[in-house]
Amino acid sequence: MRQKPLIVILALVVLVAAAIGFAVGRKSSPEPRVVSSPPTASPAIASTAEPVHAGDQIDAIRRGAPVNQEIAAPLMARVENADIKRVRAYPMQPPTIPHSIDNYQIDKNSNRCLLCHARANADKFQAPPVSVTHYMDRNDQFLATISPRRYFCNQCHVVQTDAKPLVANNFKDIDSILSEEHDKKAN
Amino acid sequence: MTLSMTRREFIRNTAVAVAANVAGLALPASATNVLLEGDMVQLKWSKAPCRFCGTGCGVNVAVKDGRVVATHGDQLSEVNRGINCVKGYFLSKIMYGADRLTAPMLRKKNGVYAKDGTFTEVSWDEAFDVMAQQFKRVLKEKGPEAVGMFGSGQWTVWEGYAANKLLKGGFRSNTLDPNARHCMASAVMGFMRTFGMDEPMGCYDDIEATDAFVLWGSNMAEMHPILWTRVTDRRLSNPNVKVAVLSTFEHRSFELADIPIVFTPQTDLVILNYIANHIIKTNRVNKDFVDKHTTFKRGVTDIGYGLRPDNPLEENAKNSKDPTGSEPIDFAQFAAFVAPYTLEKTVEMTGVDKGWLEQLAELYANPNIKVVSFWTMGFNQHTRGTWANNMVYNIHLLTGKISTPGNSPFSLTGQPSACGTAREVGVFSHRLPADMVVTNPEHRKHAEEIWKIPHGIIQPKPGYHAVQQNRMLRDGKLNAYWVLCNNNVQAGANLMQETYAGYRDPRNFVVVSDAYPTVTAQSADLILPAAMWVEKEGAYGNAERRTQFWHQLVKAPGQARSDLWQLMEFSKRFTTDECWPAEILAANPQFKGKTLFDVLFKNGNVDKFPTTEMEAGYDNDEAAAFGFYVQKGLFEEYATFGRGHGHDLAPFDDYHKAHGLRWPVVDGKETRWRYREGSDPYVKAGTEFQFYGNPDGRAVIWALPYEAPPEIPDKEYDLWLATGRVLEHWHSGSMTMRVPELYRAFPEAVVFMNPDDARSRGLKRGDEVKVISRRGEMRSRVETRGRNKPPQGLVFVPWFDAGQLINKVTLDATDPISKQTDYKKCAVKVVAV
Repeated sequence: MRQKPLIVILALVVLVAAAIGFAVGRKSSPEPRVVSSPPTASPAIASTAEPVHAGDQIDAIRRGAPVNQEIAAPLMARVENADIKRVRAYPMQPPTIPHSIDNYQIDKNSNRCLLCHARANADKFQAPPVSVTHYMDRNDQFLATISPRRYFCNQCHVVQTDAKPLVANNFKDIDSILSEEHDKKAN
Repeated sequence: MTLSMTRREFIRNTAVAVAANVAGLALPASATNVLLEGDMVQLKWSKAPCRFCGTGCGVNVAVKDGRVVATHGDQLSEVNRGINCVKGYFLSKIMYGADRLTAPMLRKKNGVYAKDGTFTEVSWDEAFDVMAQQFKRVLKEKGPEAVGMFGSGQWTVWEGYAANKLLKGGFRSNTLDPNARHCMASAVMGFMRTFGMDEPMGCYDDIEATDAFVLWGSNMAEMHPILWTRVTDRRLSNPNVKVAVLSTFEHRSFELADIPIVFTPQTDLVILNYIANHIIKTNRVNKDFVDKHTTFKRGVTDIGYGLRPDNPLEENAKNSKDPTGSEPIDFAQFAAFVAPYTLEKTVEMTGVDKGWLEQLAELYANPNIKVVSFWTMGFNQHTRGTWANNMVYNIHLLTGKISTPGNSPFSLTGQPSACGTAREVGVFSHRLPADMVVTNPEHRKHAEEIWKIPHGIIQPKPGYHAVQQNRMLRDGKLNAYWVLCNNNVQAGANLMQETYAGYRDPRNFVVVSDAYPTVTAQSADLILPAAMWVEKEGAYGNAERRTQFWHQLVKAPGQARSDLWQLMEFSKRFTTDECWPAEILAANPQFKGKTLFDVLFKNGNVDKFPTTEMEAGYDNDEAAAFGFYVQKGLFEEYATFGRGHGHDLAPFDDYHKAHGLRWPVVDGKETRWRYREGSDPYVKAGTEFQFYGNPDGRAVIWALPYEAPPEIPDKEYDLWLATGRVLEHWHSGSMTMRVPELYRAFPEAVVFMNPDDARSRGLKRGDEVKVISRRGEMRSRVETRGRNKPPQGLVFVPWFDAGQLINKVTLDATDPISKQTDYKKCAVKVVAV
């Protein structure tokens, strides 16, 4: 059973590199993987991607293989399990799950996620309690417990594997645009 | 740090590291200070429907400095009331993949077009010059039958409408089909055969009103997640509500199932007839309803599998040439027809426990239980998909459980505008707007009158449907081909034997319009860069007949242009003399020498509304390009097809204000339940119910049997293959695979396999395998855990991953009536690489 200890918020010391270097990278990728996104304004995940198309092959998802040929399937990506919160692209984005959820029972009888993330349990496990919005029904009325419409967590919250995006994404978040504007004004 | 470090230790250390991070790093001013002047922090929020599935959730889109910076669920949308699924929450990123197509690209060699050339950036002028030259060559040499287009249920309403006009009213080719053929065609034929009119009678409000849900081949938890939140809400808030889930493998929707049923592929037909038999045998037929509002028919059987005509399966099928035939019967004959479908026989054929079947049948038979049936691709992608649709209506009609709140046979739609665009606009090779067909002379005449073109322009013969298009490309009979807003090289079944060869055949010139370089773009000769979603003004129609509009909110990158602009601009390069017969022009000389643009889009209807009628504060690049409010003109002309005929749409401007309206919209009021007195303005007083799509006002109950699928696992190809989607990716993944969070959530396709099947083949989770059929093979990896749990003898492979093209393996057998491919059943073997 997963247990988050109480000590998570203590002390301010050392070892940025250790966190970054923790073995969550895919076996095949030599460079250390940044699992904790520092709270900068730049897009969190993204600007890197595998080198694209060999020759005239334009669909990067094919990983260089012509349409009529088959290539080796990549190794199965592994779910990041480091329990480090990731930056959100905007305030309303559901946070991605920073840990593995293998074998979690989530069905009409039981919801393993709520064991830690329910309001009443969150302090014991130092898990982020589910958002206040999750207690509201379809008519915005607050319920005594989590709203049944929010019951299946993984419709919005998903794990992240260590797979490296094949195509970069140039989305800019609000803070980046504001700082660009700010810089423009300052100049 | 060592690998033996425990998770707890790691968390402790990590927290420390993160804290150090925060302390040591300089933050941008905006993240730390509340310092910005009022207008700088303002975001411009506008409404739009989600770009993805047929649920049609409303989203709010925030724009800052010409870029989408955030999206969230629209609180005011009745569909989703403020929530989205994970794909919807990441809509903000779908337009910003780094490899957006921003200029036309033509295969060139030595500076000119060559089939074996390499992609070279060209101007729009050059692109359209070469394209027009090729289309004119084909028109002249082969005639209009050799020109075709493959469109989309993801097109906006006016894009589908403009394409319909250009192909059927301009080029005189009916070879225009949407990717919705792969998705909804069986649902359409089911509706037409039972009700004489397309699309559901009920609406999503049924969810909150019902006592029972039955999912027939629909994994709503992943494919319609927001409707699933409503089903979940209903089920968990009301312990008496029951959920039955039927599938050929266990998936996420089973998490909510009270009645879980995994049946042998194709035997859903047996279960449907068993339920009809159970209703009759237990005397629970709603006789009054059946007497007043239904008739009975028996359909022809042994109808083949929509394969090429020289396939022995077609040659040996008695009714493969006319699979739609029928004869009227009565209730007694129907009862006798379904009598052999006993519980015992059903248990034997389906492999389902008796108790589950009885409980399921009772949901329908018990007059005190209101029941909603949902289905999607499990029914529609089925070689007897039209039958399955007819047969589920049977059990709702026998019990009168229809058109009242909570009693609803509900065909869910896959794409955001499969209903609004593909079906309602009639973007099919046999259809015209508002359920009219090209084979009916009155319908053609009516369409020609609305379009203000001469009689005789629209051809009477249906064009090539989706699967036929690929076959005709391969056979060299379809030579000028334009694919827009879909990825059929990844979607169409039997890629290697049918599709690919046709695209690369030197006789054919293939154009692909897309926002991203897909495998279809890769297989084309000319690629046109497309604007997407809120880069253009749009309209979608969702599964509950709800029409939803949005404004253009940002500019498309580079030279990317909307499909609407592309279709209309291209039409300027053709004159009527090049496309229409001389005798028609001689009889209608006022059309001579005009361009197709003039006759189709400057016809007094489409160019009726000046740009001053646009809502202030929004760009509209098409209106700017053509000088009139294009979208409004197209919509209003299109709406004349349906107004007064049960398909009434509201005035254009209303939709920019409303959060969607469900047609028919009569006197400003939307319709939630059709065919019932008091709810549907088209139903006459005193009739209670009127299925007015049929001339006699009655719905048809169909006597149809179980028939075997075309390919069944045998000794060599010993597994069933079912394909489908996953929550995190939309269709072929061209958008969602470019969103890092969605990509990393589910980066590659896998072969979901029963652990015993894996073990007996010497395989374990993560092993690389080949999935091989008689048609081709693909390489993937075995997954024995996770969200899908196939029974022994079946594997499930999602098709979102262009890196693993499972359509090299799938079979291009179709429902012979709907021409929709069965992607859920063929025989494969899985071997270690």
